[in-house]
Amino acid sequence: MDFIRNFPFFSIMLSMFSGIVTSMLPKRAAKWLNAVMISVVSVLSLILMIYLNRTGGHFIYLMGHFPAPYGNEIRAGVLEAMMAAFFSVIMLLSVLGGHKKLDEEVDEDRHNLYYILVDMMLSSLLALVYTNDLFTAYVFVEINTISACGMIMIRRTGKTYVAAVRYMIMSLVGSGLLLLGISMLYDITGHLLMSDIKRQITLIAASGRYHVPLQVTITLICVGLAIKSALFPFHAWLPDAYGYSTISSAAILSSLVSKGYIFLLIKIIYRVVGYDAFYMTGILNVFFVFGLTGMITGSIRAIRENDIRRMIAYSSIAQVGYIYMGFGLANQIGMEASIFQILAHGATKSLLFIAAIGLTDVSGFSRKFADLTGAGYRNRIAGIGFLVGSLSMVGVPMFSGFISKLLFAEAGILSEGKAIPTLVVLAISVILNAIYFMKTCIRIYTPANYMYYASDNLQFRNELLYGITMIGFIAVNLILGCLSQPFLDMIHAGLGTFS
Amino acid sequence: MGPNLISNYSEAAAMILFVIGFSNLLLQQNLIKKIIGLNVMDSAVYLFLTLKGYIRGRVAPIITDGVQSVESYVNPIPAGLVLTGIVVSVSVSALMLSLTVQLYKRFHTLNLDEISTRLRREEQ
Repeated sequence: MDFIRNFPFFSIMLSMFSGIVTSMLPKRAAKWLNAVMISVVSVLSLILMIYLNRTGGHFIYLMGHFPAPYGNEIRAGVLEAMMAAFFSVIMLLSVLGGHKKLDEEVDEDRHNLYYILVDMMLSSLLALVYTNDLFTAYVFVEINTISACGMIMIRRTGKTYVAAVRYMIMSLVGSGLLLLGISMLYDITGHLLMSDIKRQITLIAASGRYHVPLQVTITLICVGLAIKSALFPFHAWLPDAYGYSTISSAAILSSLVSKGYIFLLIKIIYRVVGYDAFYMTGILNVFFVFGLTGMITGSIRAIRENDIRRMIAYSSIAQVGYIYMGFGLANQIGMEASIFQILAHGATKSLLFIAAIGLTDVSGFSRKFADLTGAGYRNRIAGIGFLVGSLSMVGVPMFSGFISKLLFAEAGILSEGKAIPTLVVLAISVILNAIYFMKTCIRIYTPANYMYYASDNLQFRNELLYGITMIGFIAVNLILGCLSQPFLDMIHAGLGTFS
Repeated sequence: MGPNLISNYSEAAAMILFVIGFSNLLLQQNLIKKIIGLNVMDSAVYLFLTLKGYIRGRVAPIITDGVQSVESYVNPIPAGLVLTGIVVSVSVSALMLSLTVQLYKRFHTLNLDEISTRLRREEQ
């Protein structure tokens, strides 16, 4: 079974090389190569996940068989394999679900470029998930930023350019802080490999020296990654970037890009700094407060929004708040809940974005709520998709959002002194979620004069591929909601091998 | 703190440069000035890394005059990191500059506030 150990390396290289090949292919072939490549990566990651889950271990893969510091290392455990599989499945569904819209919104000669960006994005996400080297992580963070920016500005309108420039500025601020943090960490410990840094930090912490530099370093890294993953109050770039880019980009940005950074942060907490040393810095309390505030502010802004895409974008801020709140609870269940929330939110938010585009396309391309009246009847599969996504976001049992909220509540009760704020804010946030998502669901299922829109472009109605991706998204949501235990077991086992 | 600051004056200079670049990137309204800020910020980090990788009296790790002692050379990795970082920062600057060109072509200004105002006016 040694061959399986090559799978992480194959996945990263496959996505990189298909990006290079795509640049030389005709448009149609590029689309299919992209879909086939992401499917292959998904299958490889799923096989690796099942293999590691059975054997219960993890392994280090030496790139080019050179030991560090000359070579580079990949580390794969069950959690990494699960994340890689999840990222690639959601990316496949998002790209397929939005490809018709891509034809409409993006110039013909830039389609190949879009698929190159998708390949680059996938390879950087996989590298962030698998890498065992902090500087490699920084390089792929930047590659991720560049491809995300390209995915926003591929649709050539003034709004997307402004959104891209705002996204870039905030992202670069974040990466600057991250780079400084990593440089200082390298200076203090003399290593770049995660496991070696952790060993040194344990020694330094025991000796009681370098307390302040270590605290500053960890803070810089955390703030950098928090800016990049749009934690409140660093979320200003988010609504425009998600709201005006082409729909596949919005789905990928909201459900994968920010989650890649959060997963890197989890790796840094457990594998670089070590949970105990990280806990001592007190940053978890800051995460807790910002997470709670984000949960409320994001939802309030979403309620006030009259544009369905921007409403979903604001809801992302609230959901990212949940993840950071889970970190802040400072116990094992809270961390597991946050990781499950990454899965639940990733699956749901991309579903909502893709469903929303189906609804707006049968409503005269308007994103205003008044025009969406009855859209659920005009595009049934999109209506059902939006309903499922909304129920999941609100936290109705059987859907993925319920499990994560249940876990957050459980972690809140077990945490010391944080139980009351957690439960109160969780309850308020669920009510706020219900207000804006149920408002939209009622709106799209209120009968309207169908003939009024009969002349509109109804291409999504009979679009087979769109229907299949919607069913795929709904299935992922139901699997996460109804069969959550195996996933939770894998998260538990994966975190166990982290520390 | 005082003596430490004096003996580490070059690191302190790198940090001051970082803050200058960082605040320019965040606070300037002109896009070109923002990009200059970005480059100052990145260069400050590279300066910091280079300083940390340099040991007085030692040379770059290329064997000269048959001297093979480890004590004569510096670790090449910090310099390698700086090179990688420069590549990353060049590509990011190129992307930002191309975005700026597109924005200037469309809005005929480099001021981000002004661009937002014009965009809002276009919408109405």
